[in-house]
Amino acid sequence: MRDLARDIVLGKTRAIARGISLAENDSLGREELIDLLHPHTGKARILGITGPPGAGKSTLADLLIAGERRKGHKVAVVAVDPSSPFTGGALLGDRLRMQSHAEDEHVFIRSMASRGHLGGVSRATVDAIKVLDAAGFDTVIVETIGVGQTEVDIIELTDLVLLVLVPGMGDEIQAMKAGVMEIGDIFVINKSDKEGADKLRTEVEYVLGFKYAHEMEKMNPVCMVSAKMKQGLEALEEEAEEWFQHLSLSGLLEQKRKERIQKELKRIFSAKIHELLDKKMDFYNNVEEWAEMIYQKKVQPYRFINESLHDFLKKESE
Amino acid sequence: MKEKKLRILIAKPGLDGHDRGAKYVARALKDEGYEVIYTGIRQTAESIVKTAIQEDVDFVGLSLLSGAHNELFPKIVELLKENDAEDIVVFGGGVIPEEDIPFLREKGIQAVFTPGTPIKTIVDFIESQRND
Ligand SMILES: Nc1nc2c(ncn2[C@@H]2O[C@H](COP(=O)(O)OP(=O)(O)OP(=O)(O)O)[C@@H](O)[C@H]2O)c(=O)[nH]1
Ligand SMILES: [Mg+2]
Repeated sequence: MRDLARDIVLGKTRAIARGISLAENDSLGREELIDLLHPHTGKARILGITGPPGAGKSTLADLLIAGERRKGHKVAVVAVDPSSPFTGGALLGDRLRMQSHAEDEHVFIRSMASRGHLGGVSRATVDAIKVLDAAGFDTVIVETIGVGQTEVDIIELTDLVLLVLVPGMGDEIQAMKAGVMEIGDIFVINKSDKEGADKLRTEVEYVLGFKYAHEMEKMNPVCMVSAKMKQGLEALEEEAEEWFQHLSLSGLLEQKRKERIQKELKRIFSAKIHELLDKKMDFYNNVEEWAEMIYQKKVQPYRFINESLHDFLKKESE
Repeated sequence: MKEKKLRILIAKPGLDGHDRGAKYVARALKDEGYEVIYTGIRQTAESIVKTAIQEDVDFVGLSLLSGAHNELFPKIVELLKENDAEDIVVFGGGVIPEEDIPFLREKGIQAVFTPGTPIKTIVDFIESQRND
């Protein structure tokens, strides 16, 4: 594992790819690898791109990669697509739009299937970002589909979120008002070459205006972009740069990252406790019998649960 | 232990612009439960190899209709080897004359599927190569 970690830090492509697979497959050594890489993380800017299917996220990512490369930055992309809930298979097509960078050795693109995690963001995505950060990429772009409320996840793993919206979403604007709009730092109205873009912009600004009625200076930027016609990119890049500057100078970035670690800790502790319950308490083998006892009214449910838990914890600590 | 999820890159080297067959195979393999990465038409050998390595795939499936398979397929196998990635299994498909197949097999293309091959045959091949 030390060799793998060292090669990742040295930026060796094969090692980076292997490290991500290790995390994705939850293979032996995953925790050790993340621990070894940890001292090397925290340097990359992590940029999320989210929005409804087909909004132009990948096309936009392709242009953002080009912009970063012009500045001499090394860029990595993690593009998450949903796995089929029926077969577990996935068709990962985001990369198709970014293949113009396929031969650039300072661009690393990785497609990931959500593997059953709603909204596509999973622990594996979090780990992949860490691997890429440790490997020395200046910018890591994470593309996910925003569906319903699950996309809230993306704020938890990125420094800045671009929410991509497109005209003609119809009812979706309603859902947006109900919470999705909480998640964007910068609102990108893509496909501005199409009809309805100005109307959408007005609607978005209207909603944001409500949210920030008393603090207009905090209002999020809204950028009109046409990824297809390559229009509006400079303005978007400038807004993103400014937002980053603001975040780091104000100390908000540090705060954001610490909050991220807090959420991660909670998630990991919960997962480990769950595992303990499953393995040590042998929950799944016992549960039928316990249910029977409760059904037959042989025990009081809460009393039984609290006593079992107490006994289990006592046994564990001995 | 649960089986490892296999990842497959379906790539189209060469200059022909017809990707119906490649897309069909990509979708069919997805339906079989594999994670399939599709990168579109006119990919250079270099970009296919770089993609395969970054995506850490187990298989690369090449599709070609333009007749350049005898140069391009072996070139990709060669480049994978140069990048210490010879463990990635390469198979090919498309319009490939029967008499070219032995040559391609000799050059390290592990299987060649001509048009009309049932998807089951490809799946059986993939499963036979599973190495975990
Ligand atoms: N008219 C127009 N079409 C665009 C624009 N940006 C992207 N598209 C098209 O929209 C389609 C979807 O683009 P993608 O970049 O794949 O969208 P996506 O959001 O990544 O899609 P998923 O990953 O499948 O959710 C493609 O056909 C693009 O060419 C734009 O600014 N204007
Ligand atoms: Mg996409």
